[in-house]
Amino acid sequence: MLRLLGAGAAAALLNPGAAHGQMRGQILARRIPSSREEIPLVGLGSWITFNVGDDAVARAECAEVMRAFFASGGRLIDSSPMYGSSQSVIGEGVAKLNPSRLFSADKVWTGGDDGRSQIVETRRRWRVRNLDLVQVHNLMDWREHLPMLLQMKAAKQIRYVGITTSEGRRHREIEQIMRTEPLDFVQVTYNVLDREIESRILPLARERGIAVIVNRPFQEGALIRHVARHRLPAWAGEIDCANWPQFLLKFIVSHPDVTCAIPATSSIAHVRENMGASYGRLPDQQMRRRMIAYVEQI
Amino acid sequence: MPEWWTYRLSDLLLFSARTYYRMFELYHAQVWPFHVIAIASVVAILVLLRREDGWAQRTIAGLLAVWWLWVGFAFHLGRYSTINWAAKYFAAMFVSQGLLLVWYGIVRGRLRFVVSRSVGDRMAVGLLVVSAVLEPIAGRLAGRTWSQVELVGVTPDPTAVAALALLALATPRSPRALLVIPFTWCVIGGATLWALGSAEAWVVFLSGLLGLVLALSHRAHS
Repeated sequence: MLRLLGAGAAAALLNPGAAHGQMRGQILARRIPSSREEIPLVGLGSWITFNVGDDAVARAECAEVMRAFFASGGRLIDSSPMYGSSQSVIGEGVAKLNPSRLFSADKVWTGGDDGRSQIVETRRRWRVRNLDLVQVHNLMDWREHLPMLLQMKAAKQIRYVGITTSEGRRHREIEQIMRTEPLDFVQVTYNVLDREIESRILPLARERGIAVIVNRPFQEGALIRHVARHRLPAWAGEIDCANWPQFLLKFIVSHPDVTCAIPATSSIAHVRENMGASYGRLPDQQMRRRMIAYVEQI
Repeated sequence: MPEWWTYRLSDLLLFSARTYYRMFELYHAQVWPFHVIAIASVVAILVLLRREDGWAQRTIAGLLAVWWLWVGFAFHLGRYSTINWAAKYFAAMFVSQGLLLVWYGIVRGRLRFVVSRSVGDRMAVGLLVVSAVLEPIAGRLAGRTWSQVELVGVTPDPTAVAALALLALATPRSPRALLVIPFTWCVIGGATLWALGSAEAWVVFLSGLLGLVLALSHRAHS
């Protein structure tokens, strides 16, 4: 169920850049089915964008992106041990900004027995006491990792457990795990042109009470580059979209079974644009069909 | 990796073009003035190629080995590993090549670098010049700043091309084991640039391929 959160609205009002991103009113959020905790509809990914190594200038820029994200009411940041230096870059931002409502989502990405030590290292890099969500990255050794993650959840070392895939890979296996394991989250790819999960995974997530994080909302930028050659339709204003990123993100998060989308960016202007999709009106079914038809024909 | 065939080259890329090029800038600032030594070594090799005594041959092999060891430790381990977890494997490749060059070129004295008047040898010398001069220019033309371009003996792509060019001059023919890593790197380095959308990829691919063909087709001089 869609929820309105007040904190984000206050943050938006305090943020002079918020108006540019159409951040007026209350931030939109959904509940995580297993806990009823609410998270805003748009989070922040870190694939490629936050892997800047030890470049002090770029690391400071990433911290500013995080600052803009939190100022816009954002909470969930997602990363992985696979993403190079992204975890430590996030950790530097966390230490600098000390966000009060961070929702840390990371992954375990290693073979066999090393999962627990990798999570300890991830926690150290993030500079947080505990991670909120740990997901099995691309189902890697999930039979070994899931029991370990569930143990850690029982011991209150993490709060949620999930699995991930991207771009349609291993969906049958994802479905099987969703049916049999007590998951809190599943992370999959979904966007206006790639809607495969609508037929089976999203209904299954609703049935099993599993939150859904959506990755690759812009097809790694390719979708943005494609649509940006065309004018945003005037009727996008009916759902409070001021730009293409908001149009594409609102399509994703307006699906009632999607909990959160995680676009990645290293630009403050872009993170504000993205967060604008967490505010205002969302498309209804009829409008969603119109959005699909429009993007498919351009 | 299950379903590996579903992954595109870009799916394997961990960083943006901006981050990749900026890494070279930071690296160059970090290792300066090693560039002076590297350029001097290229000039020294060009001079030593005119001599055929054993000391000169071993010196060329030694300088080539120093390039590979330096790039392995300083570039891959010291810098590239900050944005690519695979860099430690690349470092192992480069150090292995350096040790192979020490073994074949210095310990066993198996490498004699001789420039004949054959077309192949002239092309090999031309390829050496390409790696030293044209690759930095290609980088600049492709959008890098001068502080971000690649240099022989300092960064991996031109080092691999220069190594293939020199090994194509080896008489008798270079041991094939010495060609594997430089050519493999030309594929990896070219693929990285390709995934980043840089036209430099073609320079690395084609130079590597030419170097390999020249080395494999090289005929011993009497």
